[in-house]
Amino acid sequence: MTSPVPGTLPEPSTIAGSPLRGLTSYLLLGVAFGIVLTKSEVISWFRVQEMFRFQAFHMYGVMATAVFTAWLGLQLIRRLDLRTIDGTAISVPPKTLGRGTRYWAGGLIFGIGWALAGACPGPLFAMIGNGAVVMTASLASALAGTWVYGALRSRLPH
Amino acid sequence: MARADVMHQWPWYVAGPMIGLFVPILLLVGNRMFGVSSSLRHACAAALPGRAAFFQYDWRTTGGWNLAFVLGIVIGGMLTAAFLSDGQPTQVSAATQASLRALGVTDLTGVVPNEVFNWRALLTLRGVAMLLGGGFLVGFGASYAGGCTSGHAISGLADMQLPSLIAVVGFFGGGLVATWFILPRLLGA
Repeated sequence: MTSPVPGTLPEPSTIAGSPLRGLTSYLLLGVAFGIVLTKSEVISWFRVQEMFRFQAFHMYGVMATAVFTAWLGLQLIRRLDLRTIDGTAISVPPKTLGRGTRYWAGGLIFGIGWALAGACPGPLFAMIGNGAVVMTASLASALAGTWVYGALRSRLPH
Repeated sequence: MARADVMHQWPWYVAGPMIGLFVPILLLVGNRMFGVSSSLRHACAAALPGRAAFFQYDWRTTGGWNLAFVLGIVIGGMLTAAFLSDGQPTQVSAATQASLRALGVTDLTGVVPNEVFNWRALLTLRGVAMLLGGGFLVGFGASYAGGCTSGHAISGLADMQLPSLIAVVGFFGGGLVATWFILPRLLGA
């Protein structure tokens, strides 16, 4: 087991999760998410450019209403003390700030990649489904980037 | 909604709330926090953990759902392309069309600029920089920051987490640097 670096995600083994419900429900939710990502055009390299050039409201509108809806959902879950459908308590672990280096440094690195490839991880999968098969090269590269981070992690400031 | 509305691009006020709904839905289904980039970590842990402590954990229990979810995203993209699309090019603004034309990008069909994003482009500097370099930085940066657009910009901001706000400012700053300073050199050349 890894020793937790301040400001990291909770170690996966400590993330509370209900017993495996069968992966099918998550597969189907993924299908629905892939459809929404595609139909909203947030997976479009052109839309990402439009956003970073401040030339249309579309992407900002998607992000803002997504965050608002998610916030509303979280409030409802907390106020009504809702549980999962099989009765497990719902917990949203807070992220630890630490020195915060990982957030701005990792964020900057991610952002450069986002604009170059025109894709963040979710859209990357949806693009491949949409026939942009060359993006499998970008996905393989993203896996390589993740792997290199894992290898260098103890030497990076967090 | 008419059939043509479904087949056409969905407006932000329809798509945004639908995307946001995945946060409460995933919590209610199995206490899972919405986020996509962890799938990259789980895939590494499953396929090639090596000696890195970062990849030594039970990926089946903690990440199985996430890997199923991203496989679903691929299938969702395929289904949309096959059955839910009117085949129109991305309806970006006239200003964006002009900006991209100045960089030599004129074909707006599909989800990527076909002139630059193709297999042969992997033999060119700009293709390598954009497709492979971009992908690498996305994977490295998301793991370093502990989340991507879904985990930080949607889940984290909705939960009003300061670390996520810092990460999102970073995402945006990096994107601006790449758009305004790196891409013009790569595409204009």
